[in-house]
Amino acid sequence: MSIHEEEEYKKRFDWGLWKRLLCFLKPYKKHLTILGIVVILLAGIDTVFPLLTKYAVDNFIVPKSLDGLWGFCFIYAVLIIIQAVVVWLFIAVAGKVDMGLCYDIRKKGFQRLQELSFTYYDRTQVGWLMARMTSDISRLGDTIAWGLVDMIWGFTMMIAITGVMFYLNWRLALISLTVVPVLVIISLFFQKKILRSYRLVRKTNSRITGAFNEGIMGAKTTKTLVREKENLREFQVITDEMFGSSVRAAILSSLYLPAVLTLGSIGTALVLWFGGEGVLSNAITYGTLLAFISYTVQFFEPVRELARIFAELQLAQASAERTLSMIETEPDIKDSPEIIKKYGDMFKPKEENWPEVKGNISFRNVSFAYKDGEKVLENFNLNVKAGETIALVGETGSGKSTIVNLACRFYEPTKGEILIDGVDYRKRSLLWLHSNLGYVLQTPHLFSGTIEENIRYGRLNAKDDEIENAAKLVNAHNFIIGLENGYQTEVGEGGGRLSTGEKQLISFARAILANPRIFVLDEATSSIDTETERVIQKAIETMLRGRTSFIIAHRLSTIRSADRIMVIREGKITEEGNHHELLNEKGYYYRLYTNQFMEEQETRLLSV
Amino acid sequence: MLYKLRLLWNFMRGSKSLYTGAIFAVGLATLFSLVIPLVLRVMIDSVIGNEPIHMPGRLISVIQTLGGRSVLTKNLWIGSLLIVALTLLRGLFLFLKGKWSAVASESTARNIRERLYDHLQHLPYDYHVKAKTGDLIQRCTSDLNTIRRFLAVQFIEVGRAIFMVGAVLPIMLILNIQMTLISTAVIPIIFSFAFIFFIKVRRAFQISDEAEGRLSTVLQENLTGVRVVRAFARQTFEIDKFDNINCEFRDLTYRLIWLLAWYWSISDFICLIQIGAVLVLGAYWASKGMISLGTFFVFSSYVWMLLWPVRQMGRILTDLGKTLVSVGRIQEVLTEPIEDKKVSAHKPRISGEVEFRNVSFGYENGKHILKNISFRAKKGQTIAILGPTGSGKSSLVHLLPGLYDYQSGSIKLDGMELKGLDKKWLRQNIGIVLQEPFLFSKTVKDNIALAKKGVEEAEIFEAASIAAVHDVIQGFEKGYETPVGERGVTLSGGQKQRVAIARTLVRDYPILIFDDSLSAVDVETDAAIRKALKERSHKATTFIISHRINTLSEADKILVLENGELVQSGTHNELVRQEGLYRKIWSLQNELEEELEHEIEEEKQLI
Repeated sequence: MSIHEEEEYKKRFDWGLWKRLLCFLKPYKKHLTILGIVVILLAGIDTVFPLLTKYAVDNFIVPKSLDGLWGFCFIYAVLIIIQAVVVWLFIAVAGKVDMGLCYDIRKKGFQRLQELSFTYYDRTQVGWLMARMTSDISRLGDTIAWGLVDMIWGFTMMIAITGVMFYLNWRLALISLTVVPVLVIISLFFQKKILRSYRLVRKTNSRITGAFNEGIMGAKTTKTLVREKENLREFQVITDEMFGSSVRAAILSSLYLPAVLTLGSIGTALVLWFGGEGVLSNAITYGTLLAFISYTVQFFEPVRELARIFAELQLAQASAERTLSMIETEPDIKDSPEIIKKYGDMFKPKEENWPEVKGNISFRNVSFAYKDGEKVLENFNLNVKAGETIALVGETGSGKSTIVNLACRFYEPTKGEILIDGVDYRKRSLLWLHSNLGYVLQTPHLFSGTIEENIRYGRLNAKDDEIENAAKLVNAHNFIIGLENGYQTEVGEGGGRLSTGEKQLISFARAILANPRIFVLDEATSSIDTETERVIQKAIETMLRGRTSFIIAHRLSTIRSADRIMVIREGKITEEGNHHELLNEKGYYYRLYTNQFMEEQETRLLSV
Repeated sequence: MLYKLRLLWNFMRGSKSLYTGAIFAVGLATLFSLVIPLVLRVMIDSVIGNEPIHMPGRLISVIQTLGGRSVLTKNLWIGSLLIVALTLLRGLFLFLKGKWSAVASESTARNIRERLYDHLQHLPYDYHVKAKTGDLIQRCTSDLNTIRRFLAVQFIEVGRAIFMVGAVLPIMLILNIQMTLISTAVIPIIFSFAFIFFIKVRRAFQISDEAEGRLSTVLQENLTGVRVVRAFARQTFEIDKFDNINCEFRDLTYRLIWLLAWYWSISDFICLIQIGAVLVLGAYWASKGMISLGTFFVFSSYVWMLLWPVRQMGRILTDLGKTLVSVGRIQEVLTEPIEDKKVSAHKPRISGEVEFRNVSFGYENGKHILKNISFRAKKGQTIAILGPTGSGKSSLVHLLPGLYDYQSGSIKLDGMELKGLDKKWLRQNIGIVLQEPFLFSKTVKDNIALAKKGVEEAEIFEAASIAAVHDVIQGFEKGYETPVGERGVTLSGGQKQRVAIARTLVRDYPILIFDDSLSAVDVETDAAIRKALKERSHKATTFIISHRINTLSEADKILVLENGELVQSGTHNELVRQEGLYRKIWSLQNELEEELEHEIEEEKQLI
């Protein structure tokens, strides 16, 4: 189960958090400067348009004169050209920053994900990570890039309008601005409520998706249990909630707009009343009155925008927190600076300094516990000679996988040490060990791409004939050339276009090509047909030859061929020896063997 | 197109008055928003200025009774208050529009949702065997959302645009024809520009979405394959791969933004030319005295008001296209024929006698899965079924609860023909544990309690004990309150299967079916479950599909199926004397013993 629940956003605005995020903006200083200028220009032009109307009224209409109309036209034309260019620049540059930010944060996140150790993956669901890397980061890019410029625009606009208004007539300016504080308070209040209520809608929506998912996946069960009515009733409870929360959210937003409009009209009304009297007493011009009326309407836009951005920032804070927590997680397992100096890091490995691996592995008084204190191994000792094949058997949770993960340095011992060729593996680089490792899961994992690309994953600089040879060694060549596009066949997402047996063979070829010194096989429990099993068995034998191997074994044929079999129960070796020896002990292995023998033979008889 | 529009219209049923109300509300709100500049015009021209009042006679007489223009001029607050009042009215109608359109569209969405959900539940078993879950969920959620959004926002917007044009044009025409022409000149241009642009840009949206899809795939494959990546030390390779797609996604999405930048700047440009034309020509005519200052003001306000909905229209039309596609996809699901269910009031007590006589069954394509099956099961007997994969074992037991319908022959339950019985009633009397059990995301306890309303805790514990899962559950941190399924703990295959068995045992079904459901639990647990079942006071007629010799040998009757035919049937003692599959399975036991002896011999020789 994931330890990360979708946490509610904190009430407080966390400045430190945003500052850390803003570091990602550093490479965009130039863009931000342009944006700053553009946005100020934009706000400026938005303020100037009503002034033009004022000018037209005061200089052409009221005095009934056409002097300077051409000049006026010219200025207007220049302004709209500037406006068009500025709008273009605004969207294009802000878009550039938005996408660039997303790109940078994603890149950083992905790099970190490549470094984090398995203990992190063990307790973090892939879905959670996916959500951070996709939607959360998109939201951050959006909020930061557009939010920032909208914020600048809003402030500039407000300042510019206020400035012009005071310049035109400070008394009228003061009067018309009286409604602004109320507007700010109401906007903040509503925007927060609105965003929060839409958040609830989204949550309910994902529950509906979940309910549909369950309804469809569980339809067969529903039928057999005759649960249709009850299910519909339960579903209706959620749809009712959805209806309620959506309508509530809609009502909130439909209340907000009228509230703002009314406040705005009060501003206009005040201007009309006092400004009108000003005109009547010749204190101000017609044009000034008209400009003021326009400004009172215009003023509300930036206030609304700012309130919205502020509310959005608060909501995005949860995304920011989650994403940064992922990026800033330190990997449990990493090379010390001295080791990196000697053997290189992930990006610049100094392969010339790497010692050759023979394949002797020993566990010395190894203990391992998860961070939450759950002990898996205690004082575990094991010596494996180079080239030996070890089969580990036992129930799920007995500690087999932990042993293998420790041997591969996917986990590190909490106590004790693990030696490879006599040296504690922490004194060598991670990459060195992993480059000498072959790991095959019988629920094989392939990547989208062609068969050739998937095999080449074992050794990137392999030549085509080496790839073919690897495929031949594991008997995959024949089925591959039988496919329409041969080695160039697309395997589909996760290898979905191939059968499990075919995927296994390709993952074997991939491992063979890597030519590892240490080999790990994690066998699946699922049954496969006899013919495939025979082919796979041969492939496994080929792979094990001359390599130190660990097999988490389920199938008798694999177990029997091991040099040593170990029965693991609760983190301890309870039985150890070869197949014959263990049978004679008539213990757990004996029972396992007899049961498995019957299962496999029965399955064989029944699969035609 | 027309057909789909009619479908959309049908979906709106039940809330049509609300939709109409919302459209009228938005219309009225629009009218009020148009009146406000008119009031301002009168105020500016005739109250503050000296122009004669241009308005319908009746309104003038209203002003006269108030005391005429001079009163208004002395008390400017009256006009100001009028503006606030008009805005309040406008706000009121905007609010009503928001509320009504939300209630209408949300109830439409709720109706479709519930219809879809219930329809899916009632589709035949076979449909769900073949269903593509991802696609169905897509239809039930995002397609539905497309429709909902269109109805809530765009549909009403169309109403607003129509009202706007319908009201603004006459007012403008009354005020001044030339100015009207100038103010509306670019509308066709901007409308076609918006429409064409959004059609063209749809492709760019799609391309960006696809790139995002690829980005997710690379990410997903990397994260789920993290073991492979590490074991081959391919981190830098993966980083490069991700970087490529990350770049691609960035560039393609940026291209979209870039296109939008062109759209907004060009359409802003066109709109500003329009506004500029109104400004300059208006000023020109006003200075010549051909129009009043107020008229000038009205036009310069209306121009802004007209342009926005026009720019929106292009978008709405493209959205309508998307919506109709979604309507079609949802309708496809809703027109799938549902399971044919006999509903009859006759609900006899079922004791558990089963008789198959010459039963044949095949799926639509005419291939026979079961051929001429005949056998009898007496009340309380255990019938074991054995056969190779694809021999029809599962189909045979699926016929009993009516999950599939047999084409010929007859199945009798307590002497009554199965086809004549109410299917729900039938299923309430036949418990079946499916091969791949599904647990709902509820607690373990609620999952076990599913089949029986008002079940007591003791009964749940008892059922769990029989299914050999009681101790396992109590070992969980939260015991029976442990949530399972999507958001809960992951149970192993065997544990899931046992919870599913417990769920079935909670009800005292006269007939029980285990569709190969014990093969996921180990041999010892299998035996324990069967033993506990036997010791139950109430004994059900039980069908067990299995390949385990122990399970089979204990049955009262064993049926052996091959290629849809019943090739052997009888008790253990009868079948071991006949050549056949059963004997082969049975002799495995001997083979095992020989094998073990052989292994031990070998070992001795080695020594």
